Amino acid sequence: MNFTDIIVPALILAAMGLIFGLALAFASKKFHVEKDPRIAQVREALPGANCGGCGFAGCDALAGAIVAGQAPVNGCTVGGAASAKKIAEIMGVDTVADEPKVAFVRCQGALGGVKLKADYSGVADCAAAADVAGGPISCRFACLGMGTCERACPFDAIKVKDGLAVVDREKCTGCGVCVSACPRGVIEMIPKKASIGVACRNTDSGKAVREICSRGCIACGICEKKCGSDAIKVEGGISKVNYENCAGCGTSVESCPTKCIVSFSKKPE
Amino acid sequence: MSIESATGIVKILLIILSAVFCNNVILVQFLGICPFLGVSRRVETAVGMGVAVTFVIAMASVFTWLVQKFILEQLGLEYLQTIAFILVIAALVQFVEMFLQKSSPTLYSSLGVYLPLITTNCAVLGVAIININKGYDLGTALINGVGTALGFLLAIVLLAGIRERMELGNTPKHLRGFPISLITAGLMAIAFMGFTGLITK
Repeated sequence: MNFTDIIVPALILAAMGLIFGLALAFASKKFHVEKDPRIAQVREALPGANCGGCGFAGCDALAGAIVAGQAPVNGCTVGGAASAKKIAEIMGVDTVADEPKVAFVRCQGALGGVKLKADYSGVADCAAAADVAGGPISCRFACLGMGTCERACPFDAIKVKDGLAVVDREKCTGCGVCVSACPRGVIEMIPKKASIGVACRNTDSGKAVREICSRGCIACGICEKKCGSDAIKVEGGISKVNYENCAGCGTSVESCPTKCIVSFSKKPE
Repeated sequence: MSIESATGIVKILLIILSAVFCNNVILVQFLGICPFLGVSRRVETAVGMGVAVTFVIAMASVFTWLVQKFILEQLGLEYLQTIAFILVIAALVQFVEMFLQKSSPTLYSSLGVYLPLITTNCAVLGVAIININKGYDLGTALINGVGTALGFLLAIVLLAGIRERMELGNTPKHLRGFPISLITAGLMAIAFMGFTGLITK
């Protein structure tokens, strides 16, 4: 066996590698681009899920935008206060930390037997269904239950169960992708610490709501009267929660005749 | 039509047409399947990947040809072709990345993450080896490289367009995502087989 047959090719390949390496080292000096070191630091402080909830292409793009001053330091809702604080330190600015939010589906139509006005057999997508005469459900505020939000969610935190989108509050990071994905605006971001929510958006008169759904807000005002801390009010045909005032006593949840106010402390029915 | 009997501009056109349609790198030769399936969710990103690959394949065709003729063949080391070509391609991709970052930041940011990914695209290595196996000269190798890359661009953009529409379609649940994409790619390959024999060697 001739060892030069092995050693010579190995040396030649090594020499080629060395030449390429040197050429690249030279090129990296020659084509060196000054980059703001803060971009890498900010990128480190971001969660790295690349969900796009901030409106940028991904965490790298947001980091670039924050350093360039085109995005606020708390631009990432997923990272929340923790990442906003770190980024604010890197950027040398003060931040008002956003409180963590969570998605909330403001409809229980499928539980309340909301009436259908048509059979829909087209593309199984809420946006497509909503385009056909406002969707197959007679309530124009209702969740269509075709899972556009489920497919949009980067965290697997929203699922359609029996025709109604349900948020997994543990998995939800508050990125808000589902809010913009929903063609009907059924999903809303609410403070994570909130203990109740009004799961209906129908502003029609009580009688009109009663006719199509048993779980809609009929704007009767009982919740407003029962609430001791001025935290829930009927405005424009719908109950609205003032999360600042809400003490989380649960009186409104129990008193609501149509059960359209839900409590997050226990599982909704 | 035959490539060997043609001359001049006709020959160039025939080589390109042959590389794009008859011997499409993805749909007929089944090289570079990974980016074909991985980066074909949106037409926009597919175009980015296609352009980046075109750029790298064109340069790799030239450099690997030079390495083969002036280093490997001179020293009788043709059997080191694969490893030497990988070395050349990896170095080339790194260099192209640096060069673009400096000279054209817009192109660099639009290609983004796809540029370094091309190092592992086997279509690049495939074209380089095909160029040598077919005994092409430097100019022909470059033309064949560009033609092959255009074939890659065409195939990936076509698939991305179909996949964008399929997102809205009523696909059975167990076929959603990759399964239906693979079926689609298979049907596209069958369609491209129809070009076989249009241009002979």
